[in-house]
Amino acid sequence: MTAPARQFGDVILKVEGVCLAFGGVKALTDISFDVREHEIRAIIGPNGAGKSSMLNVINGVYHPQHGKVTYRGHTRTAMEPHFAAQNGIARTFQSLALFKGMSVLDNLLAGRNLMIRSNILLQALRVGPALREEVHHRKRVEEIIDFLEIQHVRKTPVGRLPYGLQKRVDLGRALAAEPKVLLLDEPMAGMNVEEKQDMCRFILDVNDEFGTTIVLIEHDMGVVMDLSDRVVVLDYGKMIGDGTPDEIRSNQAVIDAYLGVKH
Amino acid sequence: MASAVAVADTFPKLLAAHARERGESPAIREKDLGIWQSWKWREVAGEVRLLAAGLAARGITRGKHVAVIGDNRPRLYFAQLATQALGGIPVPFYQDAPAPEMTYVFQNAEIEIAIVEDQEQADKLFEILPQCPKLRHIFYDDPRGFRHYKRDELASYDSLRAEGEAWAKDHPDFVDREIAQGRGADTAIMLYTSGTTGMPKGVVLSHDNLVNTSRAYAELEGLRDDEEVLAYLPMAWIGQNLFSYAQWLVTGFRINCPESAETVITDMREIGPTYYFAPPRVLEALLTQVTIRMEDAGRIKRWLYRHFMAVARQVGGRILDGQPVSALDRLHYALGGLFIYAPLRNSLGMSRIRVAYTAGEAIGPDLFVFYRSLGINLKQIYGQTETCVMVCVQHNGQVKPDTVGPPMKGVEIRLLDNGEIVLRSPGLFVEYHQNEEATREAKDAEGWYHTGDAGYFDADGHLKIIDRAKDVGKLQDGTLFAPKYLENKLKFFASIKEAVAFGDGRPEATAMINIDLQAVGDWAERRGIAYAGYQDLAAKPQVYDLIRECVEKVNADLAADPKLSGSQIRRFVVLHKELDADDGELTRTRKVRRRYIAEKYESAIHALYTETDHCWVEAQMRFEDGRTGTVRAQLAVREAKTFPPQPVAKAA
Repeated sequence: MTAPARQFGDVILKVEGVCLAFGGVKALTDISFDVREHEIRAIIGPNGAGKSSMLNVINGVYHPQHGKVTYRGHTRTAMEPHFAAQNGIARTFQSLALFKGMSVLDNLLAGRNLMIRSNILLQALRVGPALREEVHHRKRVEEIIDFLEIQHVRKTPVGRLPYGLQKRVDLGRALAAEPKVLLLDEPMAGMNVEEKQDMCRFILDVNDEFGTTIVLIEHDMGVVMDLSDRVVVLDYGKMIGDGTPDEIRSNQAVIDAYLGVKH
Repeated sequence: MASAVAVADTFPKLLAAHARERGESPAIREKDLGIWQSWKWREVAGEVRLLAAGLAARGITRGKHVAVIGDNRPRLYFAQLATQALGGIPVPFYQDAPAPEMTYVFQNAEIEIAIVEDQEQADKLFEILPQCPKLRHIFYDDPRGFRHYKRDELASYDSLRAEGEAWAKDHPDFVDREIAQGRGADTAIMLYTSGTTGMPKGVVLSHDNLVNTSRAYAELEGLRDDEEVLAYLPMAWIGQNLFSYAQWLVTGFRINCPESAETVITDMREIGPTYYFAPPRVLEALLTQVTIRMEDAGRIKRWLYRHFMAVARQVGGRILDGQPVSALDRLHYALGGLFIYAPLRNSLGMSRIRVAYTAGEAIGPDLFVFYRSLGINLKQIYGQTETCVMVCVQHNGQVKPDTVGPPMKGVEIRLLDNGEIVLRSPGLFVEYHQNEEATREAKDAEGWYHTGDAGYFDADGHLKIIDRAKDVGKLQDGTLFAPKYLENKLKFFASIKEAVAFGDGRPEATAMINIDLQAVGDWAERRGIAYAGYQDLAAKPQVYDLIRECVEKVNADLAADPKLSGSQIRRFVVLHKELDADDGELTRTRKVRRRYIAEKYESAIHALYTETDHCWVEAQMRFEDGRTGTVRAQLAVREAKTFPPQPVAKAA
């Protein structure tokens, strides 16, 4: 089956001249790149290159000292997490952000927190609009459960699941917010080959079926090259490459950073 | 009551009758998006009519085959019914069959239309499409993943249904006329048997075969239209077709399709089936889960479990069979019911079971007794695809773990000289599809079907299956020797993973045994026996003692058997390596290749039949990375106690 040439929309997210420092440590220096709608954009780089910091800048956890982030036409120096979340940026975390004692179902429902409109009293009483709303949210969550094929653990507390499955639930939690842009922080870290393949398939399906734009950080080069449309390469907080996987593969600066150079 | 249901002779007619008689009650449920969705009989009939019109528009006529591939999904059931409504023949496939294995069936049955569950199945068909030029249309149920497929062969189930709706406007009553034309003698379904040798054979079963068999079961067990049944086994298996399709349509009960293969246990708990069917491996997996969870439980719970399970083993089965049990024991058992049995049945989803069947392979007596002692009416049945699983069934109150019960009503059984079971029954298949030679071999001129199984009737007229007829041999003194029977008995012990029995044409029976690394490893650990690996563990004298006890228990059992008491195992060796399919010692389905093993381990067999107490064995083995190596080991040969034949204990 040959997939048709991929079509991308306008630039949805743009990072310009971002510098971030913690005291004297420069985490990011003058980073600029853009993300187009529907594309899968990867950020790669060796350990400590500033990949996670970059994601944290995008969704407003870190505030850069210089530069600006433009998201859907709004330009800001510092994104705020709540603004990001309310405007359709969701993310997963390298070290999972799930309620371990709660069931998978409840975790995913919690992911829809921002979309719940009825007030707490009505919700507590489960009457009228609150009940209708809950049924609606539950339906959307069930669709995600079906999509990620985690029906068999629907009622299992997350803490009892194997790590690979928890990662999938974390993705589900982010998806529950129906994001426009999904930030994935090392979605495949610590997984075995089979789990990685599953995760790749889910990421591609999310991108394809929901049209979600995806920005991901990943260590596994094979995965990145197969999965992404364009790749940004960071090294010691500097951007050393930006382009399609093929371009990146032949970029000398990238090869040096990954394979090392003789001094 | 001469209702339409009682006289209908084909499945589409039965469906129409149910739609009239109980149109508003649910017929089939499926758990989808976390909720049980149901279709009423009336709705099922309507769906099937539209779908049949769609299939008619695509050229399905009487006698044509339609492939149905996927898990248990209501829409695949509708597809089967729609095909049958037109006089077509559904051919269900195992959903996990790899693509190349499907090719032959598509060619053999000249299949033009396939109805599949999802992308996974459709991809397999595209893979084999070049070899199956007749295949023209593939319809899928679940649209996920098909968005970028641009293939002319491909269309959705919904589009087929819509096509049927339009077509039916121009051809009103067409489908109803076709349904009315169906006869009981028409072919209802074709199921392919895997067959250990050669190509699979298409077993042609008529509506009469399946309907009459289902009626016999319904009468025997008093099945009603309010039974709940879980449809979770492969649609291509005769068991599933008989219990969740044929009996569904004959009896009018409800079938429930689980959400996915992984959720079966949860779904079963939610549904609480009243009529249940499971092959031994499923029952074993459930028991393992219970055992593991009990080991993790607190000390008091563990004690309660052990104590009351011992009580259950003693009296549970007898209470279930209605035999006399003292009032004190009954009280003890009732107490156990409160603390252990009822909660356990509940967590297994078996609280409401009235009748449960197991079939497909031999079931270990411990496993069988476990479920019965909990008060679950589990019974064994015996049959093949060719007989619609209608040969023998255990009757309520007369259940013995090692027989499959007396023949069912209408089944005639004869035993040939070599012990082979031959039979005639209303469920007997019509023929093998386009394979006269095989049909003649299996079914002789007078209509006797040769099962290939060997067995005999015990004193109560219950059939006991011992082995495949071709494997049954004789010891030198003429005693019956059934290797598989001995091997199964040995394998029922947790410590024994695999066993190979020898004795045909020899003075006495002997066995080679493979220990189960996990079970014996645990056992050794608990006793503080240190070992380096499989080979080391297998050679430990303590392990030999453990295995000898197992062999002697088997011998004690055999001593009570009138026909097989002479084939007690005199000597045995414990092999130093696991028998492995990679080394050619087992088939891929883990059946022992007896002849090959006999050649490979000739020196061990020689030692088994001489007076030596050890032998040297050299065996090639293939490592996981593909290299081969030779393992050389000294094996000890041990003797096991044998017992004098006992007079048959008359069963109560």
